[in-house]
Amino acid sequence: MTQATTAYNAQSAATPYNEGVIRNFVIAAMFWGVVGFLAGDFIAWQLAFPALNLDLEWTTFGRLRPVHTSAVIFAFGGNILIGSSLYIVQRTCRTGLYGGAALGNFVFWGYQAFIVMAALGYVLGITQGKEYAEPEWFVDLWLTIVWVAYLTTFVGTLIKRREPHIYVANWFLLAFIVTIAMLHLGNNLAVPVSFGSAKSYQLYAGVQDAMTQWWYGHNAVGFFLTAGFLGMMYYFIPKRAERPVYSYRLSIVHFWALIFLYIWAGPHHLHYTALPDWTQTLGMVFSVMLWMPSWGGMINGIMTLSGAWEKLRTDPVMRFLVTSVAFYGMSTFEGPMMSVKAVNSLSHYTDWTVGHVHSGALGWVAFVSFGAMYYLFPVLWNRKQLYSMRLVSYHFWVATIGIVLYITAMWISGIMQGLMWRAYDELGFLQYSFIETVEAMHPYYVIRAVGGLLFVIGGLIMAYNMYRTIKGDVRTEQPYEAPEAVAGAQQ
Amino acid sequence: MAGTPEKDAITGQHTTGHEWDGIRELNTPLPKWWVYVFWACVVFSVGYVVAYPAIPFTNSFSSGMLGYSSRAEVEVEMQQAALAHKDQIDAIAAKSLDEIAADPALRNYAMAGGQVVFKENCAPCHQSGGAGAFGFPTLADDEWIWGGTLDDIYTTLQHGIRWEGNADTRLSEMPAFGADGILEPAQIDAVANYVVSLASGAPQTGSDGAVLFEEQCAACHGFEGEGQTMLGAPALNNQLWLYAGDIEALKAQIYKPKHGVMPAWGGRLDDADIKQAAIYVHSLGGGQ
Repeated sequence: MTQATTAYNAQSAATPYNEGVIRNFVIAAMFWGVVGFLAGDFIAWQLAFPALNLDLEWTTFGRLRPVHTSAVIFAFGGNILIGSSLYIVQRTCRTGLYGGAALGNFVFWGYQAFIVMAALGYVLGITQGKEYAEPEWFVDLWLTIVWVAYLTTFVGTLIKRREPHIYVANWFLLAFIVTIAMLHLGNNLAVPVSFGSAKSYQLYAGVQDAMTQWWYGHNAVGFFLTAGFLGMMYYFIPKRAERPVYSYRLSIVHFWALIFLYIWAGPHHLHYTALPDWTQTLGMVFSVMLWMPSWGGMINGIMTLSGAWEKLRTDPVMRFLVTSVAFYGMSTFEGPMMSVKAVNSLSHYTDWTVGHVHSGALGWVAFVSFGAMYYLFPVLWNRKQLYSMRLVSYHFWVATIGIVLYITAMWISGIMQGLMWRAYDELGFLQYSFIETVEAMHPYYVIRAVGGLLFVIGGLIMAYNMYRTIKGDVRTEQPYEAPEAVAGAQQ
Repeated sequence: MAGTPEKDAITGQHTTGHEWDGIRELNTPLPKWWVYVFWACVVFSVGYVVAYPAIPFTNSFSSGMLGYSSRAEVEVEMQQAALAHKDQIDAIAAKSLDEIAADPALRNYAMAGGQVVFKENCAPCHQSGGAGAFGFPTLADDEWIWGGTLDDIYTTLQHGIRWEGNADTRLSEMPAFGADGILEPAQIDAVANYVVSLASGAPQTGSDGAVLFEEQCAACHGFEGEGQTMLGAPALNNQLWLYAGDIEALKAQIYKPKHGVMPAWGGRLDDADIKQAAIYVHSLGGGQ
């Protein structure tokens, strides 16, 4: 241990960090995670076996799908992202939350209220029909208030920091908070029918509305699911690996390149539509240029392990973190590739897109969150260690196999679907009708749902491990030992 | 906290001297390959922007050196497709169904085109290959409610069945013998039982049901239950049923009949498409 960290530890005992609110966020993330994974797997089975729609309006795919997407992105991802950002900003600024527990708890309970209002609305059919921005105007207004409170506590903490510099994780987290605020306001400009009505109409019409929606939609991926979680990665990987971040210079360059380029990439969701050609071109080239800036985060994440590679064998939590960065790298190559118009003409509207999203969502977002959460359980609840490292390892393997089944099934199904749509027979007629492509995809839908089920099981293993850790239990099991520690071990 | 840069023993790189919560940063230079690939992507993008429509102006946009337009591209493809099919489509439009059927090459073409029309428009009810479903007749057998010749099928496709808004639609209505009080419940039982025996191939001649059948049903369905395509009265002397053929289903149908509806496709599809669909449906196994 260096002198600096010793000095820091002496300091930390005296620093009043607000950890109660972080504990709330972590519990909420675990709860919504399981709910969101279950909802996702249920609708995956619905796609394979439509009878599971149950002939009830509330349980149809159309209503449960936004329940799934919002539950995993905003409820699971959002809770762990806000929670860990408030943890990171305190630790790396060596000071408690601005606004203290009161403001923190307002953000927490306000955010949960947003989630519940949104989800109830979806099931009851109250939606503005914009993907990932389904909640109606009154829910949007509420979220705006909560988000401003979140921004206030985050920036306030940065301002009263007791460190001379702002750590890179906080740049990413602040970019996430500010940009999401801008996207949320821009995409949800709508006029309510009346103040007594849940229904509203968008300010934009036609292709302008579509463009605004995908400016929002793509940057929800870029700033919520990428920049935000990169902030998480920049804290938990060096912390867990106990190694310095690979390159400070890379972190600066890829940060600015990433946030400058990402915001323009949205039009690639609207290739070959009524969107003007020039807009499509810009969407494509900004996506292509985004490849390396995205990979900067992967390089910094993986190379930080230089000198600590053996931890992959001895620390399953590290495995989650590093695998997440590997999936991040794969998805951020696949994305620019799919934005190229020639590729997009095959991949667009197919399951390939669904597979791409899930290699990012399950492999990157969920895995880095799992790693962060396993790190936080013992820290936040003052336990010496997790209940079980073996269970972390089981979770890792079950979930990884689930992801592999999921994304390979969707690659095959999506590419097959795209090829079937464009297949002509020798007389020049389209060879397949739409329903024939749906029939052909059925086996892959079953495989996908099985993959999803494994992911749900992994989530349940984690929830159990969390519960026992908080209780203070330690499982009797064969421990993972660092090679040099094995010789000295007594048991 | 600010400090002096230290050399990291493992990588040989120096740290920046900053530290947060125990995290330090190395000052490793940017990986060269990363920089090169980034610039390569930028060069590709600039080239693409020059070649394709990309830069917006006040009322227009740069059209790019290649003069590409996705609308023009689609138009060309549509024209090429129309041109590739023109000869055959013209021939189908000009010829009668029998003439088309007599020309092997043209019939082959019409079969392929008709299959496409069928899959997109007919299969949702009549199922793939015309397998049929409850209430939607099977088209792959030789029982025809409204006739199975090419012309019959064409007429049904063109005008539909009980389709409001088409003056020539196929129209017939079986009386609601129970609901309208034409027959007593006991009489309905008797007729239904007779139809069951008729369908099994061993009609209970001389029974009450047989007498009632002759009085009430035979005018449309025929004395032997052979049906009558002119009236859209299905044959009852076999085991092929539009709805179920058990005694309860028959009683329900006699009491208050279901009447299926099929859209008139004339006006929705080209005449040539309907001809091709007729040729295809006729070929499914039961064409007369």
